[in-house]
Amino acid sequence: MEPQPLALKVLNIFSAVLLALATWLVFFYAPMELVMGQVQRIFYFHVANAWVGMLGFMVAAVAGIAYLRTHDLMWDIIEQAAVEISLVFFITTIVTGSIWAYPAWGTWWTWDPRLTTAAILEMIYIAYLMLRQGIEDPDRRARFGAVYTLIGGLSVPITFLSIRLFRTIHPALIGTASAASQGGFDMTPRMLHTFLFGLLTFSVIFVTLLWHRIRLGRLAGKVEQMKLEVMQW
Amino acid sequence: MKSEKLHATHDSSLVTRRSSPGSFLRAVSAIAWKDLAAELRSRELLSSMLVFALLVILIFNFALELDVKTRSTVTAGVLWVTFAFAGTLGLNRSMAVEKDRGCLDGLLLAPVDRSAIYFGKAISNLAFMFIVEAIVLPVYSVLYNTNLFNLGLIGVILLGSVGYVAVGTLLASMAVQTRTRDVLLPILLFPVVIPIMIAAVKASSGFLQGLETTELMTWINLLIVYDVIFVAVAFMVFDYVVEE
Repeated sequence: MEPQPLALKVLNIFSAVLLALATWLVFFYAPMELVMGQVQRIFYFHVANAWVGMLGFMVAAVAGIAYLRTHDLMWDIIEQAAVEISLVFFITTIVTGSIWAYPAWGTWWTWDPRLTTAAILEMIYIAYLMLRQGIEDPDRRARFGAVYTLIGGLSVPITFLSIRLFRTIHPALIGTASAASQGGFDMTPRMLHTFLFGLLTFSVIFVTLLWHRIRLGRLAGKVEQMKLEVMQW
Repeated sequence: MKSEKLHATHDSSLVTRRSSPGSFLRAVSAIAWKDLAAELRSRELLSSMLVFALLVILIFNFALELDVKTRSTVTAGVLWVTFAFAGTLGLNRSMAVEKDRGCLDGLLLAPVDRSAIYFGKAISNLAFMFIVEAIVLPVYSVLYNTNLFNLGLIGVILLGSVGYVAVGTLLASMAVQTRTRDVLLPILLFPVVIPIMIAAVKASSGFLQGLETTELMTWINLLIVYDVIFVAVAFMVFDYVVEE
């Protein structure tokens, strides 16, 4: 494997520092919330994870289209990396969400639009990884992966909108989803700072992880090519 | 250290393709007719889909207490689950037959637009689904003493099936080329087809409960939008799925 470029090493340290700072901000800088108390602090990391997960989802969809147009396997590596990392970010989102939900709503899970869409998204990611696993030929694997991220990428927003036409109890962060949604958030300046810093932290972590995973993907590609060459002898 | 650019190679088709609309439509109908004619003689696909659908309804009888009160709220859901599962069966068999007998390779060598193959297969898959639905509806009506001869319901079933088969044909073409084959199609298809399930069940339920069409327009519009988007995307992308 090629040695880590300096930028990546710096990024590793930067991510760790940001995460530590963000944690400090969440516990000591952000004020105590009136209604929910301490458990509300999860929201800073929970929402950041969700938004960055969505970013990963979009990166995957774009990379898929880029592969179909250019047939450069680099896009395929980026796409798979983005899907895997987004998968993890969404698992974190769901788990932190559940931890928040139990004291707040009295239940670990509810079938409201955002949660259901998150669950469906995870299923699509897993289906994507299973699809790739069943194909030997790198080009076919890349093509099918790209097609599936495209189909999945189109269907998820439609899924979200269609479930949103149902009632929701999930707090509407930006604007209200429907008349039936309870509880909006008004953030004081300190909360806003903490939230935005959390968002920045997780974006940086995402980029760092993506870079690492792309390096791993390139190494895997080289190994596979060597394997194919050996098998041809 | 030299960085290598990884490149995929693929063969471009050496065959020129006629692109007149007449030949396109002829190709589509030829492919669709081939499947329908083959099915008329063997009836293996339809019989398995049908028997499966009836068994699913039977299982639902024990799984859910379909007494008269719950029946009205739950019928739409039961119907759509049945169609979804039977549809998967049909899609799998339809594409597997092409792959196993080498028909797909033959079709790819023919001087027709690749999307003609997609439309031909999609139309025949849709026809099979319609036939199964047309038989399941009266059977369900009789078994559960519910009148399902509702124009609105039939319209929803038509719209929903189109979207389901549009995506299903594309994904089945992919699934059949992998190691895991049949098992993979439901895993790929169901998460993506959820908007149809939601809208179709809501709209079907609404029609069965006698709601006005205007109230159900949201769901019907959703179905139409989904159908349009995914038929368009599927046929544009089909080329990438079958090229060698």
